[in-house]
Amino acid sequence: MQLMSLFPEWILTHGSASLVVVPLMLAVLTALNPSAKIAWATVLAVTALCVFTSLGLLLQVISHGPIHYNMGGWQPPLGIGYYVDSLNAPILLLISVVAFLCTIYALPSVAAEVEPKKKGPFYAAFLISFAGLLGMVITADAFNVFVFLEVSSISTYVLVGMGASRDRRALTSSFNYLIMGSIGATFFVIGIGFLYMQTGTLNMMDIARVLQDIGPNDRVVQLAFAFIVIGLGLKLAMFPLHMWLPGAYAYAPSFFTAFLAATATKAALYLLLRFTFTVFDPSWDFVATALMILLAGLGILGMLASSLQAIFQNDLRRVLAYSSVAQVGYMLLGIGMATTLGLTAGYLHMINHAMMKGALFIAAGAFWYRFGITQVSDMRGLGKTMPWTMAGFTTAGIALIGVPGTAGFVSKLTLVRAAAENGWWWAIGVIVVTSILAIIYIGRIIEQAYFHPVPEINGKPVARNEAPYTMLIPLWIMALASVAFGINAEWTTSLAEAAAHVLDAGPNTVIPGAHDVMPVVPTVTGGH
Amino acid sequence: MSPHVILRVVSKLLIPLIALFALYVQFHGDFGPGGGFQAGVIFASSIILYALIFGLDEAKRAVPPSWVRIGMTLGVLIYGGTGVATWMLGGEFLNYTYFAPQSTHAAGQHWGIFAVELGVLCTVTSAMVAIFYAFGSRAPELTDEDW
Repeated sequence: MQLMSLFPEWILTHGSASLVVVPLMLAVLTALNPSAKIAWATVLAVTALCVFTSLGLLLQVISHGPIHYNMGGWQPPLGIGYYVDSLNAPILLLISVVAFLCTIYALPSVAAEVEPKKKGPFYAAFLISFAGLLGMVITADAFNVFVFLEVSSISTYVLVGMGASRDRRALTSSFNYLIMGSIGATFFVIGIGFLYMQTGTLNMMDIARVLQDIGPNDRVVQLAFAFIVIGLGLKLAMFPLHMWLPGAYAYAPSFFTAFLAATATKAALYLLLRFTFTVFDPSWDFVATALMILLAGLGILGMLASSLQAIFQNDLRRVLAYSSVAQVGYMLLGIGMATTLGLTAGYLHMINHAMMKGALFIAAGAFWYRFGITQVSDMRGLGKTMPWTMAGFTTAGIALIGVPGTAGFVSKLTLVRAAAENGWWWAIGVIVVTSILAIIYIGRIIEQAYFHPVPEINGKPVARNEAPYTMLIPLWIMALASVAFGINAEWTTSLAEAAAHVLDAGPNTVIPGAHDVMPVVPTVTGGH
Repeated sequence: MSPHVILRVVSKLLIPLIALFALYVQFHGDFGPGGGFQAGVIFASSIILYALIFGLDEAKRAVPPSWVRIGMTLGVLIYGGTGVATWMLGGEFLNYTYFAPQSTHAAGQHWGIFAVELGVLCTVTSAMVAIFYAFGSRAPELTDEDW
């Protein structure tokens, strides 16, 4: 309770809107700003403010329950409502924290990778992408979700393409992502259109309310569900729809890859949860079938296929990218079980994976920054030439494998428990097999770095050249977080359980604060 | 004597009228069809017509690309700034009622919409012109002989 008094009243009432508005407005100012240093400082300040705000919102949600905010004073379902509950508050905090840590890392990384003239616009595009992700997660209006999805996606295509000054392949990757991402967004909006056609409303709670009256046997509703799941599936890199991801992760500027890998798929996954469990009804036949066959089934396939693919990649960031697809498979498997424990496991893995993958991609960027290394086979002797960076990489890598005492272990164990509870013994087998595959693809990198001699240039071994502190600090915060969440998983597990309870409760049909339709006229104090 | 005298004379007459019509669509948006987006597109089309008839370089002299960039951001700032102003007045983001809380005919809503639509006009005009400049400024593709 004392912690709550740190947050001004204004943050708690208007914070949900300011999370989107402040980054968006400052992005605009940053776009005009010619100085890269000032642009960076702006981004750092904005992300720090968002960490503060989203922490305040999370604490408020934990102590007082859901927060709702009516944009423009118009009551939902007529107006756009922002809604923060235990399901999205942790994701908001996660996105803000990752953005803040990545911004610290951006100072040296962006200086080295992005053309000098484009740095101001680069930071502006990042803020827009950040605002879009937060908006996607916070809004309770289905069409507003689509708008923010596009806001974040379009800026993401630009940012991926800006990797072109380092590697021209960024341009084709960005174009590939643009095509796939647009198809995904289009499918999503077609789904929303069908829902609107049947329900006549766009507010998520109101849609859920009307859907309960319509029932599960409506063809259009089923069609809408299919379009939404496929559209979001493209965005969250569900296994056969993940083709955009490896290229985008491998060639984007490394600062943005770290941010993207840790947050973008999570925001889309959150939307999938929100729609499947609280807008549609998971007890309906077609939803339950989709969960079990489509999400869990494709999750399993993705875990196996992508882990295998990760082993045969030589580009370090492609290894990590394929591993990301596999990790999304873990989350989908947990969600597909549709039990409290399964949902907890999926949600927990979302938080933990963000920390681990963020650290791994930051380290991968640092290897490039110092030695221009992108290939696994070039990583010989990095354990000696960049000991601290490599140690951070190894820590996060071990957590990714799921060694006991790390965050990866906690979420995988929860997933195994959930599978056992469901009697899905084959799923446990797959989890174990893919963990072994993870040992191979992470172990291969660690072996190169520690068990091979330092390469020689002109007969002399390469000198030690550690990454700058601005890279090491965010790297180690994330690496240590992925260990800390393993040793003491109480906080993260309680967040995940709270989220799972929201999902368990089924469709959320109560529209918060919907009494009047007109904007509330403030009461006039004092006569006139 | 330039080869397109008739086109040039007619468009010189039309361009101010198009711009004027854009402003009509803008300010009539409260009561009829129209508003910031449509007005912005019409306004931009007057600039684009100028560029088509008199050439891109002339257009860029009349409406410099740096202005276009500032215009795009200015519009967003006007829109968002309206919301920030309502925050300052103690209301929700973009709750225009707070501009004139005592009004009995929702004057605050009128003022708020007016400001927001002005922002939309600014951004849409600039974005349209920016897209045209971007496509128009592309170097023509090389022919085989030029290699």
